[in-house]
Amino acid sequence: MKEVVNRAVQRAATAGATYADARVIITRHQSINTKNGTAEALTDATNQGIGIRLIADGAWGFASTSSTAPADVDDTADLAVRIARASATLSTGHVELGPQEPVQAEWSSQYEVDPFSLPLEKKLAFLLEADKIMREVPGLDVATGELNFVREEKWFASSEGAEIVQTRIQSGGSIEALAQGNGEVQRRSYPSSLDGDNANRGFEFVERMNLPANARRTAEEAVALLTADPCPSKTTTLILEGSQLALQVHESCGHPTELDRVFGTERSYAGTSFLTTDKLGDLRYGSDLVDLYADATIPGAMGSFGYDDEGVPAQRVDLVKQGIFSGYLSSRETAARLGLKSGGAMRASGWNRLPIIRMTNINLAPGRSSLEQMIRETDDGIYAATTKSWSIDDLRMNFQFATEIAWEIKSGQLGRIFRNTTYQGITPEFWGNCDAIASQDEWRPWGLLSCGKGEPVQIMWVGHGVAPARFRSVRIGVGGESG
Amino acid sequence: MLGEAICLELLEAALAACECDQAEAILYSTNSSLTRFADSVIHQNVAEREVMISIRAVLGKRIGCARGNQPTKDEVQSVARRAADLARVSAEDEHFVSLPGPQPLPEVPTYSDATAASTPESRAKAVANIAAIAEKHGGRASGSFAADSAEIAVANSLGLRAYFPATDASLITVIADDDSSGYAEWRGTDLSRLDPEALAHTAARKCVDGRGAEAVPPGQYTVILEPLAVGDMLFMLGYMGFGATAFQEGRSFMCDRIGEKIAGDNITIWDDATDPCQRAVPCDWEGVPKRKTVLIESGVARSVVYDSYTAGKEGKQSTGHALPAPNTLGPLPTHLFLAAGDAAPEDMVANTNRGILVTRFHYTNIIHEKQTIFTGMTRDGTFLIEDGKVTKPVKNLRFTQSIVDALSNVEMIGRGAQLTEYAYVPALKIASFSFTS
Repeated sequence: MKEVVNRAVQRAATAGATYADARVIITRHQSINTKNGTAEALTDATNQGIGIRLIADGAWGFASTSSTAPADVDDTADLAVRIARASATLSTGHVELGPQEPVQAEWSSQYEVDPFSLPLEKKLAFLLEADKIMREVPGLDVATGELNFVREEKWFASSEGAEIVQTRIQSGGSIEALAQGNGEVQRRSYPSSLDGDNANRGFEFVERMNLPANARRTAEEAVALLTADPCPSKTTTLILEGSQLALQVHESCGHPTELDRVFGTERSYAGTSFLTTDKLGDLRYGSDLVDLYADATIPGAMGSFGYDDEGVPAQRVDLVKQGIFSGYLSSRETAARLGLKSGGAMRASGWNRLPIIRMTNINLAPGRSSLEQMIRETDDGIYAATTKSWSIDDLRMNFQFATEIAWEIKSGQLGRIFRNTTYQGITPEFWGNCDAIASQDEWRPWGLLSCGKGEPVQIMWVGHGVAPARFRSVRIGVGGESG
Repeated sequence: MLGEAICLELLEAALAACECDQAEAILYSTNSSLTRFADSVIHQNVAEREVMISIRAVLGKRIGCARGNQPTKDEVQSVARRAADLARVSAEDEHFVSLPGPQPLPEVPTYSDATAASTPESRAKAVANIAAIAEKHGGRASGSFAADSAEIAVANSLGLRAYFPATDASLITVIADDDSSGYAEWRGTDLSRLDPEALAHTAARKCVDGRGAEAVPPGQYTVILEPLAVGDMLFMLGYMGFGATAFQEGRSFMCDRIGEKIAGDNITIWDDATDPCQRAVPCDWEGVPKRKTVLIESGVARSVVYDSYTAGKEGKQSTGHALPAPNTLGPLPTHLFLAAGDAAPEDMVANTNRGILVTRFHYTNIIHEKQTIFTGMTRDGTFLIEDGKVTKPVKNLRFTQSIVDALSNVEMIGRGAQLTEYAYVPALKIASFSFTS
C-alpha cells in the first residue's frame, strides 16, 4: 500500500495541491456479544480505503474512497483538489502548518497473544462462562457480555516526504448484569460500562480482566440495587472509582483542552471551550494536587500510537500543572497559531475521515493517598463507581453524571449502597475541591472506544490513566428518580 | 450509482456462496459530501465513497455475520463464507424463528436529483450567503452542509429482494458573536426545498435577541420547547422504550402499560417511515416493509416497534423497524411523529405568564429509563417569558426531567411541525419543567 499512498500524494501535487497527505487503512474487527446464554451477535468485519487530505489555493480539501485501484485513487485526489478550491472561495486564503520534520518509520503496538490467532469458539466460551455465572444469581434478568478485537494497518505518506507504517492490535470487553422490577432498571458492569475496558494489547489483556471471576459479584450488585435506597440529595464528599473518574477527566479536561474547540471549529456541533487562550498559564483549573497530561506514548494504552495522522511523533503534553491550566491538545495548524509545535493529537477514526484534534491518553497524575485512606478520612460522603449517564454543556463547564452504584461513607467506613446516584458540578470548582488522589499503586489506564466528535461524526478510541480521587463539597442526588 | 441490477447481482453471488440454512445480504453504497464552516470560513470540506456488504448466515438457530467493503464478486463471496464460518461456531439462539419472507414494498419518495447534484461549489456558495447574513447582524457563521446519496439493497435466501436509491441532506448553522449564539437547521431528502438564507436569518435573529443574557435561578418553569428540543426529547423517549427489545426485557416505560393512559389526551406519537414529511424509506434493514406504528394514541400506550427477531419471540409480524444485523439495540423507531396542534407560536408565548423559551437542547442523556428522566442543557437561544412576552435572553440551564411527566402536562401544541434530526414534531408548551442548575 506504500505505492498507493505515494501515488495519491503525487497525483494531488500534479492536480495543484501545495501540500498533501494520504492514509490507507486496512482493518479487521471481530466482535462477540452474548446475552443470556446465546451469541447475540458475532461479527467479523474487514474494511479498507484511502483518505487524501490536501491544501490547494490556500484551503483544505479531503476526499476518500474504499477503492485503492489506481484510477479511483487518482479520481479521489482530483476530487480533493476540487473540494479545496471550493473551500478557497470562503477561506482565510492561507493555511499555515507548523514545522514538522518528515519521518520515515514503522511502529507496532506490543502484544503477547494475537486475538485473531485464537479460535472464535474459545473467545465465545470465555464470555459464555461469565454469562452462566451471572445468570445463576436469583433475580437477574439479563446477562450480557462483549469482546472486541481490532487489527489496524495504516500507511501514511505526505508531500513533505513522510512515510510511516503503523500496526496495532486492540483487545477489550466487558460484562453487564441487568435486573428490573418495582419500577426500577438497574445495571452493573465489569470492569466498566459503555464499551468496557480496552487496550492496544492482545488477548492477554482480556484474560487478565478475569470476567468469570467477577461475574457473580456484578450480578449480585445489580439485583441488590433494585431494593437499595435512592441516592440522597445533598452536598457532600465524593470519592470516584477509576472508570468513572476516567470519564470525568475525558469530559471536563480532555475535550476543553482540544485547541480546535478553543478556536471555534467545533462550535456548531460539540461546542467550544471555557479554556480560551487568554487563560493559558493563568487559570486555576483545580487544586494544587491536580496534574493532568496527555501522553500518547504509554505502552498498551488505548490512546497510544507511534505517530499521529499528520506524521507527528507521539508525545507527552502537560495540560494542567499543580492546578494551573497549562497546555492544549493540538495539531500542526492550531499549534502554529500559538507559536507552538504540534502536540501530536491529530487523529482520524478511519480512512474515510479527516484527521481532527482528538484525545490521546489524557491522564490524572497519581497522588499520595489510597482509596482505603481516602475512605477512612471521610466522615460523610459517597464512593461512586461506574458510569451510567453523562452530560456536559457546550463550554465543558456544567456537568452532570450518574453512576451505576455508590456506597455511603459514614465515619470512615463504607456502608449501604445507593441506587440512581447522580452528581453535578462546574468544572474548575469541582477540580478545585480535589483534596486527595490515590497513588501510583492504584493508577491504571482505562480504554474508551466511543468518543464522538466532528461532522461527519468520528467515533474515536482514547485512554485515561487515573487512580481514585476525592472531591469535597459536591452536589449529589440531583433528579435521579422521582416519587 | 451502481444501479439495481449490479447491486442485486452482487447480493445473489453472496447468497449463492453462503453455505447455510438461510442467508441475508445487504449492500449499502454511499457517496457523501459535507462542507463544514466556522467563524465564517470553510475549514473542513470532505467527500466519501464506499460500498459496504454485510452478510448474515443462519445455521439452524446459530447466526454469524460478516462485513466487507470491496464490491467484487470474489469479495462478497469471501464475506459470505466468513459469515457461514461464524454461524457454525456460534451458540444457538432459541428465540430465532426465521429471516423474513418477501413482501411488496410501498412506493415512497426516497431520492432527489437536486440532492444528488450538490457540488462543493454549490455548497460553498450557500455557505457564503449565510456568512454574509451573519456579518450583517454582527455575527460569524458556523455549521455544516451535508448532501449524501446512497443505494440500499437487501436480499435473502427466502426470495426477498429490495432495492432503493436514497438521498439525504442537512444544513445546520450557528450564528454567534462573543456574547450570544443562535441556531437553525434544515433536514430532508430534497435539497431543492432548502432555503439557506432563511435559516441564516432565523439563526441571526436568535443571536441578536440573545445578547446580554442573564442568569435565572433553577427551578420549575413553564417551558415552550421549539421543535428541535421536542425532537431531541422524543428521540430519547423512543430510545428508552419504544423498541421491542427494551419492552421484552422489562426495561421500557411501556411495560405492563399497553392500553393505559401514560400521557396527556393531546399526545399522539407514531412512527411512519413512509410519510414524505420524514426522510422516507420503503423498508427496514431486513427488507421488511415499513409500517406505520402508533405508539401513544391520545395519551394511551398502544405498541412498540418490532423487527423479525423480536416479533418472532411474541408470534407477531415485524413492523419493519430492524436495524442492520447484527445489533444489540434491537428494533427502534427512526421516523417518529408527534401530532401537531393548532397553536400559533405567538399565542403560546402570549398565554405564558412566566416561562422559558428553549430553542434546542444539548448533550441529552438518560438518567432513569423507567421514569423516562433525562438531563441536558439548553443551547443557542434560551429566553425568559414574562406576562405573555419574551422579555430577555437567559443563560443556558441544565434540566433533569421525566419525559412522560412532561407529556402529561402539555398545555398547547404548535400548529406546524418541523423535521428535526430525530422526529417530525411541533413546538410544545409544557406547564412544568425541572431546571436543576
